[in-house]
Amino acid sequence: MAKRSAPEVNAGSMADIAFLLLIFFLVTTTIEVDSGISSKLPPDEIIDPPIIKQKNIFTVELNKDNQMLVEEELMKVKDLKAAAIKFIDNGGGEGTDGTKCNYCNGAKDPSSSDHPTKAIISITHSRATDYETFIVVYDQLVSAYAELRERLAQKMYNRSFKEMEASVEDSNSAEFNSDKLKEKIKKIKDMYPRIISKAEPK
Amino acid sequence: MSKFKKGGKKELPAISTASLPDIVFMLLFFFMVATVMRDNSLKIKNNLPSAAETEKLGKKNLVMFIYAGKPSDSYKDMGNEAKIQLNDKFADLKDIAPFVAAERASKREEEIPQLIAALKVDKETNMGLVSDIEQALRKVGQLKINYTTKKGSGLK
Repeated sequence: MAKRSAPEVNAGSMADIAFLLLIFFLVTTTIEVDSGISSKLPPDEIIDPPIIKQKNIFTVELNKDNQMLVEEELMKVKDLKAAAIKFIDNGGGEGTDGTKCNYCNGAKDPSSSDHPTKAIISITHSRATDYETFIVVYDQLVSAYAELRERLAQKMYNRSFKEMEASVEDSNSAEFNSDKLKEKIKKIKDMYPRIISKAEPK
Repeated sequence: MSKFKKGGKKELPAISTASLPDIVFMLLFFFMVATVMRDNSLKIKNNLPSAAETEKLGKKNLVMFIYAGKPSDSYKDMGNEAKIQLNDKFADLKDIAPFVAAERASKREEEIPQLIAALKVDKETNMGLVSDIEQALRKVGQLKINYTTKKGSGLK
């Protein structure tokens, strides 16, 4: 007697099962990567505060009604970036290493900051300030530094600072982890160090 | 009857759907690989503020998340004050130190300095709570932090 061949399994419902799984993964997927503003907290040690000249401090105060006082005067948030750039880039005196700022484009006003390496931005806020207000202000200050670094990178290396940082990180780029490029980035960061101090709320 | 069916001896062959499962499986595998499961279910409102100068958070396993905000509608009984959430539970400020210690213990030693604490804080939270969290993190030496935001300009 001839052998009976095994009957073929109907695979028509395979698509349905696959669709079901597909829809499940579609719904649970979150592809987006978290992003945010990086910051570093000061270490928890008691050190003697160094003596800083008042003119080297740019005070930004946020009160409980979410108003912003810059150098004790009321200011709109949209004007903050320009004011911060003007302060950081003033270059009215000598830096921490005793040389004048030869890359600053500021007004060289002796009553404003001496050098970008000495210029400190100090944020104080009340306990009742909204987090959103703080983030908007912090973002503006960070972007003031970013703009200055960008300008310096264009002048020194004729390329964008953002793009330089991206090519060090990007494993597909020719300059991935290149020490030369890292050196350049560090140089620019040192010329415009981001010094934002955050005081504890009163 | 109709003119069009006159020469209708030839029937259109049915389109084969045999390759449909293959296509669907291909999509399925893509989503399976690209999926990051939400590991925390939020018990608080978490409407993040937006900022323009953002950096991407690198490796996911080197990030610890600290949430804060007002309890969401289903947890109204927790009050109307902004609260901290660690993992799946509401927490207090004093719970932050053990939380950081537990996160550190689960990582390899050389990874510990690279750990970042991502603060996912609701827009409407008071800064008082945020700086309390920061003080707690400073005490345990977790200095690298990130204010997680949405992309966009915060300026109105």
